[in-house]
Amino acid sequence: MRHRNAGFKLGRNTSHRRALLRNLVTSIVLEDRVETTITKAKAVRPHVEKMITLGKKGDVHSRRQALAFLQTREAVTRLFDTVAPRYGDRNGGYLRIVRTGFQKGDGAEKAFIELLGAEAVLDEKRQKRAEVREKKREELQKALAEQQQQAGEEPQA
Amino acid sequence: MPNPKRRHSKARTSKRRAHDALTSTGLSECPNCHERKLPHRACAKCGSYKGREVLEVKEAN
Ligand SMILES: [Zn+2]
Repeated sequence: MRHRNAGFKLGRNTSHRRALLRNLVTSIVLEDRVETTITKAKAVRPHVEKMITLGKKGDVHSRRQALAFLQTREAVTRLFDTVAPRYGDRNGGYLRIVRTGFQKGDGAEKAFIELLGAEAVLDEKRQKRAEVREKKREELQKALAEQQQQAGEEPQA
Repeated sequence: MPNPKRRHSKARTSKRRAHDALTSTGLSECPNCHERKLPHRACAKCGSYKGREVLEVKEAN
Protein backbone atom coordinates (compact mmCIF):
# COMPACT_ATOMS: atom_id res chain seq x y z
CA MET A 1 0.00 0.00 0.00
CA ARG A 2 1.24 3.44 -0.82
CA HIS A 3 -0.86 5.21 1.76
CA ARG A 4 0.66 8.52 2.93
CA ASN A 5 3.49 8.21 0.41
CA ALA A 6 2.67 11.19 -1.77
CA GLY A 7 5.36 13.30 -3.36
CA PHE A 8 8.81 12.61 -4.77
CA LYS A 9 11.92 12.32 -2.63
CA LEU A 10 14.24 11.75 -5.59
CA GLY A 11 16.81 10.01 -3.38
CA ARG A 12 18.02 13.28 -1.95
CA ASN A 13 17.89 15.04 1.39
CA THR A 14 15.72 18.11 1.79
CA SER A 15 18.28 20.75 0.88
CA HIS A 16 19.62 18.79 -2.10
CA ARG A 17 16.10 18.20 -3.38
CA ARG A 18 15.15 21.85 -2.95
CA ALA A 19 18.26 22.97 -4.81
CA LEU A 20 17.53 20.53 -7.65
CA LEU A 21 13.94 21.69 -7.97
CA ARG A 22 14.91 25.36 -7.90
CA ASN A 23 17.49 24.72 -10.63
CA LEU A 24 14.96 22.89 -12.78
CA VAL A 25 12.26 25.53 -12.34
CA THR A 26 14.73 28.28 -13.24
CA SER A 27 15.81 26.39 -16.35
CA ILE A 28 12.23 25.78 -17.47
CA VAL A 29 11.33 29.45 -17.04
CA LEU A 30 14.42 30.53 -18.99
CA GLU A 31 14.43 27.87 -21.72
CA ASP A 32 10.74 26.92 -22.14
CA ARG A 33 11.69 23.26 -22.47
CA VAL A 34 13.90 20.95 -20.40
CA GLU A 35 14.72 17.31 -20.92
CA THR A 36 14.97 15.26 -17.73
CA THR A 37 13.70 12.04 -16.20
CA ILE A 38 9.96 11.49 -15.98
CA THR A 39 10.05 11.49 -12.16
CA LYS A 40 11.87 14.82 -11.97
CA ALA A 41 9.51 16.28 -14.56
CA LYS A 42 6.52 15.24 -12.48
CA ALA A 43 8.17 16.59 -9.34
CA VAL A 44 8.89 20.08 -10.75
CA ARG A 45 5.54 20.64 -12.42
CA PRO A 46 3.69 21.98 -9.33
CA HIS A 47 6.62 24.28 -8.51
CA VAL A 48 6.61 25.82 -11.98
CA GLU A 49 2.85 26.30 -11.80
CA LYS A 50 3.20 28.11 -8.47
CA MET A 51 5.79 30.44 -10.01
CA ILE A 52 3.48 31.19 -12.92
CA THR A 53 0.67 31.96 -10.50
CA LEU A 54 2.99 34.48 -8.84
CA GLY A 55 3.83 35.88 -12.26
CA LYS A 56 0.17 36.36 -13.08
CA LYS A 57 -0.39 38.34 -9.88
CA GLY A 58 2.41 40.61 -11.00
CA ASP A 59 2.75 42.79 -7.86
CA VAL A 60 5.99 43.62 -6.07
CA HIS A 61 5.35 41.16 -3.25
CA SER A 62 4.89 38.21 -5.61
CA ARG A 63 7.98 39.34 -7.51
CA ARG A 64 9.98 39.11 -4.29
CA GLN A 65 8.48 35.71 -3.54
CA ALA A 66 9.53 34.49 -6.99
CA LEU A 67 13.00 35.94 -6.48
CA ALA A 68 13.28 33.93 -3.26
CA PHE A 69 12.77 30.68 -5.18
CA LEU A 70 14.20 31.21 -8.64
CA GLN A 71 17.98 31.21 -8.92
CA THR A 72 18.53 34.23 -11.15
CA ARG A 73 17.10 37.69 -11.61
CA GLU A 74 16.78 37.10 -15.37
CA ALA A 75 14.47 34.18 -14.68
CA VAL A 76 12.17 36.39 -12.60
CA THR A 77 12.14 39.04 -15.31
CA ARG A 78 11.30 36.48 -17.97
CA LEU A 79 8.64 34.88 -15.78
CA PHE A 80 6.81 38.15 -15.20
CA ASP A 81 7.31 39.71 -18.65
CA THR A 82 7.07 36.86 -21.14
CA VAL A 83 5.92 33.60 -19.52
CA ALA A 84 3.05 34.59 -17.21
CA PRO A 85 1.20 36.84 -19.71
CA ARG A 86 0.68 33.78 -21.96
CA TYR A 87 -1.73 32.22 -19.47
CA GLY A 88 -4.24 34.94 -18.77
CA ASP A 89 -7.29 32.77 -19.47
CA ARG A 90 -6.01 29.51 -18.01
CA ASN A 91 -6.27 28.21 -14.46
CA GLY A 92 -3.31 25.88 -14.13
CA GLY A 93 -2.11 23.15 -16.47
CA TYR A 94 0.60 25.37 -17.92
CA LEU A 95 2.99 22.55 -18.76
CA ARG A 96 3.23 19.53 -20.98
CA ILE A 97 5.22 16.39 -20.19
CA VAL A 98 6.00 13.98 -23.04
CA ARG A 99 7.89 10.73 -22.53
CA THR A 100 10.70 10.38 -25.03
CA GLY A 101 12.59 7.16 -24.35
CA PHE A 102 15.02 5.54 -21.99
CA GLN A 103 18.40 6.64 -20.67
CA LYS A 104 21.50 4.64 -21.44
CA GLY A 105 23.25 3.41 -18.31
CA ASP A 106 20.47 3.11 -15.78
CA GLY A 107 17.47 2.73 -18.09
CA ALA A 108 15.61 5.63 -16.48
CA GLU A 109 12.70 6.92 -18.52
CA LYS A 110 13.34 10.32 -20.05
CA ALA A 111 10.81 12.98 -20.84
CA PHE A 112 10.71 16.63 -21.72
CA ILE A 113 8.66 19.17 -19.84
CA GLU A 114 7.73 22.33 -21.68
CA LEU A 115 5.58 25.39 -21.22
CA LEU A 116 2.39 25.54 -23.25
CA GLY A 117 2.39 28.35 -25.75
CA ALA A 118 6.17 28.16 -26.21
CA GLU A 119 5.93 26.04 -29.36
CA ALA A 120 6.80 28.89 -31.73
CA VAL A 121 9.86 29.91 -29.67
CA LEU A 122 11.01 26.30 -29.42
CA ASP A 123 10.61 25.68 -33.15
CA GLU A 124 12.66 28.78 -33.86
CA LYS A 125 15.37 27.60 -31.48
CA ARG A 126 15.43 24.20 -33.16
CA GLN A 127 15.75 25.85 -36.57
CA LYS A 128 18.71 27.90 -35.37
CA ARG A 129 20.42 24.84 -33.90
CA ALA A 130 19.96 22.96 -37.17
CA GLU A 131 21.53 25.85 -39.11
CA VAL A 132 24.54 25.96 -36.79
CA ARG A 133 24.95 22.22 -37.11
CA GLU A 134 24.79 22.44 -40.90
CA LYS A 135 27.44 25.17 -40.95
CA LYS A 136 29.73 23.14 -38.69
CA ARG A 137 29.33 20.10 -40.90
CA GLU A 138 30.21 22.10 -44.02
CA GLU A 139 33.31 23.53 -42.36
CA LEU A 140 34.38 20.08 -41.25
CA GLN A 141 33.95 18.71 -44.74
CA LYS A 142 35.98 21.59 -46.16
CA ALA A 143 38.79 20.95 -43.66
CA LEU A 144 38.69 17.27 -44.45
CA ALA A 145 38.93 17.93 -48.20
CA GLU A 146 41.93 20.24 -47.65
CA GLN A 147 43.66 17.64 -45.52
CA GLN A 148 43.13 15.01 -48.17
CA GLN A 149 44.55 17.35 -50.83
CA GLN A 150 47.65 17.99 -48.74
CA ALA A 151 48.06 14.28 -48.12
CA GLY A 152 47.80 13.72 -51.86
CA GLU A 153 50.48 16.35 -52.65
CA GLU A 154 53.08 15.27 -50.10
CA PRO A 155 54.06 11.91 -51.59
CA GLN A 156 54.86 13.58 -54.92
CA ALA A 157 57.24 16.18 -53.38
CA MET B 1 22.11 -28.90 7.32
CA PRO B 2 18.67 -29.61 5.73
CA ASN B 3 18.86 -31.38 2.41
CA PRO B 4 16.32 -32.43 -0.25
CA LYS B 5 14.88 -35.86 0.54
CA ARG B 6 13.71 -36.72 -2.96
CA ARG B 7 14.91 -36.17 -6.47
CA HIS B 8 13.24 -33.18 -8.20
CA SER B 9 11.89 -34.35 -11.57
CA LYS B 10 12.06 -32.39 -14.83
CA ALA B 11 8.28 -32.49 -14.96
CA ARG B 12 8.09 -30.77 -11.58
CA THR B 13 10.44 -28.04 -12.79
CA SER B 14 8.49 -27.51 -16.01
CA LYS B 15 5.17 -27.48 -14.16
CA ARG B 16 6.47 -24.79 -11.83
CA ARG B 17 7.67 -22.75 -14.79
CA ALA B 18 4.36 -23.10 -16.65
CA HIS B 19 3.27 -19.75 -15.16
CA ASP B 20 6.56 -17.90 -15.69
CA ALA B 21 5.92 -16.77 -19.27
CA LEU B 22 6.52 -13.10 -20.07
CA THR B 23 3.76 -11.14 -21.73
CA SER B 24 4.68 -9.15 -24.81
CA THR B 25 4.65 -5.36 -24.57
CA GLY B 26 1.57 -3.67 -25.89
CA LEU B 27 2.61 -1.50 -28.82
CA SER B 28 0.70 1.12 -30.72
CA GLU B 29 1.22 2.43 -34.22
CA CYS B 30 2.72 5.84 -34.90
CA PRO B 31 0.08 7.82 -36.82
CA ASN B 32 2.86 9.73 -38.59
CA CYS B 33 5.28 7.06 -39.85
CA HIS B 34 3.31 3.88 -39.03
CA GLU B 35 6.24 2.46 -37.07
CA ARG B 36 5.34 0.48 -33.96
CA LYS B 37 5.97 2.51 -30.82
CA LEU B 38 5.28 2.44 -27.10
CA PRO B 39 1.93 3.99 -26.25
CA HIS B 40 1.86 7.49 -24.66
CA ARG B 41 5.42 8.19 -25.79
CA ALA B 42 6.97 10.17 -28.59
CA CYS B 43 7.89 8.07 -31.62
CA ALA B 44 11.58 7.15 -31.54
CA LYS B 45 11.77 6.96 -35.32
CA CYS B 46 10.17 10.18 -36.52
CA GLY B 47 10.06 12.05 -33.20
CA SER B 48 6.42 13.02 -33.40
CA TYR B 49 3.75 12.91 -30.73
CA LYS B 50 0.14 14.01 -31.12
CA GLY B 51 0.82 15.59 -34.48
CA ARG B 52 3.62 17.87 -33.27
CA GLU B 53 6.39 17.59 -30.67
CA VAL B 54 9.06 16.87 -33.21
CA LEU B 55 12.14 15.75 -31.33
CA GLU B 56 15.43 15.93 -33.10
CA VAL B 57 15.99 12.55 -34.66
CA LYS B 58 19.54 11.71 -35.58
CA GLU B 59 19.99 10.73 -39.18
CA ALA B 60 22.51 8.07 -40.02
CA ASN B 61 25.72 9.59 -41.44
ZN1 LIG C 1 6.74 7.91 -36.04
